[in-house]
Amino acid sequence: MAHAIEIAPDAHDAHAAHDGPDTGIRRWLFATNHKDIGTMYLTLSLIMFFVGGAMAMVIRAELFEPGMQLVDPAFYNQMMTMHALVMIFGAVMPAFVGLANWMIPLQIGAPDMALPRLNNFSFWLLPFAFTLLLSTLLVPGGAPAGGWTMYPPLALQFGDSFPMLIFSIHLMGISSILGAINVIVTILNLRAPGMTLLKMPLFCWTWLITAYLLIAVMPVLAGAVTMLLTDHFFHTSFFNAAGGGDPLMYEHIFWFFGHPEVYIMILPAFGIISEIIPTFSRKPLFGATSMIYATASIAFLSFIVWGHHMFVDGMPTSADLFFMLSTMLIAVPTGVKIFNWTATMWRGSLSFEPPMLFAIGFLFMFSIGGFSGLMLAMVPADFQYNQSYFVVAHFHYVLVPGAVFAIMGGVYYWLPKWTGNLYNMKLAKTHFWLSTIFVNVLFFPQHFLGLAGMPRRIPDYAVQFTDWNMVSSIGGFGFGLSQILFAIAIIQCVRGGKKATAEVWTGAAPHGLEWTIPSPAPYHSFQTAPEVR
Amino acid sequence: MNLNRLTVNHIRPTRTRGAVLRRALGLLAASLLAGSTGAQAFPAMNMPVGVTVLSHDIYRIHMEVLWVCVAIAVAVFGVMITALIRFRHSKGAVPDTTMTHSTAAEVIWTIIPVLILVALAIPAARTMIKIDDTTHAGLTIRVTGYQWKWHYTYLGDASGIRFFSTLSQNSNFASQLDSGIDPRTVPHYLLSVDHPLVIPSGVKVRLLITSADVIHAWWVPAFGVKRSAIPGFINELWVKVLPGHEGVYRGQCAALCGRGHGFMPIVVDVKTPADFAKWVAAQKAALKQASAAPVPAATAPNEAPVARARIAAPASPLARRPLTARISD
Ligand SMILES: [Cu+2]
Repeated sequence: MAHAIEIAPDAHDAHAAHDGPDTGIRRWLFATNHKDIGTMYLTLSLIMFFVGGAMAMVIRAELFEPGMQLVDPAFYNQMMTMHALVMIFGAVMPAFVGLANWMIPLQIGAPDMALPRLNNFSFWLLPFAFTLLLSTLLVPGGAPAGGWTMYPPLALQFGDSFPMLIFSIHLMGISSILGAINVIVTILNLRAPGMTLLKMPLFCWTWLITAYLLIAVMPVLAGAVTMLLTDHFFHTSFFNAAGGGDPLMYEHIFWFFGHPEVYIMILPAFGIISEIIPTFSRKPLFGATSMIYATASIAFLSFIVWGHHMFVDGMPTSADLFFMLSTMLIAVPTGVKIFNWTATMWRGSLSFEPPMLFAIGFLFMFSIGGFSGLMLAMVPADFQYNQSYFVVAHFHYVLVPGAVFAIMGGVYYWLPKWTGNLYNMKLAKTHFWLSTIFVNVLFFPQHFLGLAGMPRRIPDYAVQFTDWNMVSSIGGFGFGLSQILFAIAIIQCVRGGKKATAEVWTGAAPHGLEWTIPSPAPYHSFQTAPEVR
Repeated sequence: MNLNRLTVNHIRPTRTRGAVLRRALGLLAASLLAGSTGAQAFPAMNMPVGVTVLSHDIYRIHMEVLWVCVAIAVAVFGVMITALIRFRHSKGAVPDTTMTHSTAAEVIWTIIPVLILVALAIPAARTMIKIDDTTHAGLTIRVTGYQWKWHYTYLGDASGIRFFSTLSQNSNFASQLDSGIDPRTVPHYLLSVDHPLVIPSGVKVRLLITSADVIHAWWVPAFGVKRSAIPGFINELWVKVLPGHEGVYRGQCAALCGRGHGFMPIVVDVKTPADFAKWVAAQKAALKQASAAPVPAATAPNEAPVARARIAAPASPLARRPLTARISD
C-alpha cells in the first residue's frame, strides 16, 4: 500500500515543462491532457451541483409550509425529477471522473490516461447531454416529471421532454462507459515499474472496481430506456400491461442498473476517504488489503440486492427474503471499512485540516446512512419505510454527507497539488462546519417525517408534518448558501495564494506518488516512469 | 410516541409568516436539546404502533433494529470520538506506524456483525411469512388506483358496493396554488375524502390492489403496510384491525403518480362488525333504490377495469390536466 511506496531518486521528470498547453479555447476543446480534462469534468460538476442545488431550493421552499404557495404540482415534480438527474449524472458522477482523470495517472506514475482522445470525447459528450436535459424545461409540457427512476406507465405520459431525456441519458451512458474503459486500461497498463496492484493506492482500486460496475450496468440502463422509447413511439409493449407487457419488469431492469449505480457513487468516495485519513493520522491505512476485498465484495453484492427497492411491489415471499438477506450482508464489508478507518485513526497523530474534517464528517454521517440502510433492509419494517421520507433521509445521508463530502474532502486534499496554491484554510473550515450543521438540520428531521407517515415526492402535505418540514427547509437553505463558500475557496485558490510545497501536507510524501512531484503538478508529469520500490 | 398521529385532528389557528418562522426556529432549538419531547404539541417522530395485528409486529421489528443500530452507533462513534480526543497531533500524539493490520481484529469485526444480522433476520423472516399469508380472509375488497383517486369494489357477501374515493373538496380548494386558504383551518387537510373505505374490526380483510393507469401505492401507516398498485398486476394485502380500535384512519398514495400524487388520500372507517353489517345493509338498500331510478353518477362509476384489461393511452395529456379536474371526475 501507500506506505510501501518509496521513490527512486531522480525518478520524476526533470524536463517537465518542455511543452505547455495550447492557448485559448483550443486547449479545452481539443484537450487530451488528463489534467485539463480532469479540470473540465470538475468544473462541469461544480456548475451542475449549483444547478441541481437551485432546484432543491425550489423544492424546500415549496415544502416550507403546507399548501401550494410557489409552484404548480406539475412543476414541483419536474424540479424533483431534474434535481435527481442533475445531481446523480451531472454533479456526483462527473466529479469522480474528474478526480480520476487528475489523480489516477499521478498516483500510479503514468504520464497520462491511456486513451487521451477517448477521454476528450467522453468529456465533451456531457455538456451536450446536460444542455439537452436542461432545455427540456423550455419545451411544451416542461421537463420530465416522473421521477429519475422513470417508471412506466407514468414516464410514458410526458410529451416532448421524453425523447430528449432518453437521448441525454444515452449520451451520459456512453460518456460513462468510455470513461470507465479509459480508467481500466490506464490502471492495468500504465502503472509505474514496481507499482504492483496491491501497492496501488485505494483511490485507484475503488475506481478500478467502479469502472467495471459502470461497464456492467450502464448498458442495462440504456436498454431499459430504449425499451421505454419504443413503447412510447413505436407501439411496442415491453412495459405496457394492455399489450401483454409488464410494468414490473421495468423496475427489475432499472434497479439491476440502479443498485450498482448507488455504489458507483460511493466506492470512489471510499477511495478518497482511504487516502485522506492515513495522511492526517500520520499512519498507514489499517488493513489495506482487507479494504480492497471489502470493496470488491460490496461491488459483487450490489448485483444481487436490487429487489430491496421493490419490497412493496409484490414479489414472492422467497424473493423478499432473499433480497433482505443479501442486502443485510452488505453491512458486513461496509462495517469492515468503517472499522478499518477508525483503526487507522487509533494510535495515530491526528490533525484537522479541511480534508480531514470532511473525512471525519463522512465517517459519522455515512454511518448514519448505513444504519438507516440496515433498517430499510428489514422487509416487514420496510413496508412502512418504503416510499416515505425515511427513504429520502437515508439516501441523502449516503449521498450528501457521504459521496459529496468525500468529493469536497478530495478537492480540498488535492487542490493545492492542482493549483500550486494553498487555499484559505479558515474559509474551508467554516464551509465544513456550516455544511455539517445544516446538512443534519436538513436531513435528520426527514427520518421523523417518514416514520410519522409522510410519503416522499409529494408537493404538499398534511399539517401535522409542518414543523419538521420547516426545520428541514431552514437546513436546506443554510446548506445551499454554505456551498457558496466552497466556490469562493476554489476560485481564490485558482487565482493565487500561499505557495504549496511538493508535499503540500507535512509528512504526506509516503502516502502517494502525487506528493513527490512539484505543486502545481507540471503539465506533463511522470514522462519518465518513477520506480516504486 | 403518540399512537396513530394521522387520526388526530391538528387544526391550528391561522398564523402570520413571522410567527411561523419563530415557531420553526423554536422547534429547531428544542430539537437540539435532549429530552424536550415531553411538550404536548411536539410533532411525531416515530412510527405509529398502529392498530392491526401486523402493525404491532412491524413496530416491534422497527424498534428492535432501531435499538441495535443505536447500540452499534454508541460503540463505534464512541471509539471514533475517543480517537479524535486522545490521538491529536496538537497534543503531541506520536503515531504508531507499525499498526497496519490485525487478522484477529478483522475476523472479530466480520463475525460479530454477521451474528447480529442473523439475530435480526430470523424474526423479520417469520413476520414476513405472516404478512404474505392472505388466506382465510373474512372480507375481500378490490382497490384500484386512478390518477388521482381510489376506487373500492366489495366482493363476496358485500358485492355490489363500489365507489370512488376522492380528495374532499375543501382540501382540494385549499391546495390550489395561492388559494388564500390556510391549510391549518381545513379539517384533515389532504387526508380526507368524500367516501371513505369502510371495513369491520376483528375481521381479516383482504385487499386486492391494482391500478387502472400508472403505478400508485396504497398506504395507511396505522395499518403497518403498504402495497404498490400496478396496472396488470393484483397485489394482495391483509388488514385485521384489533377490536376496540374502531375509528377513522388516514393515509396517502405512496408512489409518484403524476401531478395529483399528493392529492389522493386514503381514509378508512373501521366499524364494529355489527355496525359494518348495518352499513352494508344500508348501502345495498340504497343500491336497490337507485337501480329503480336513473343511475346517478356517484354510485355507478365506470367499472374499474380488471387487471390487464387496459391502461391509459400512451402520451395521455392526463399529467397536465388542471387540478380542478379532480373535482369533476
Ligand atoms: Cu397515486
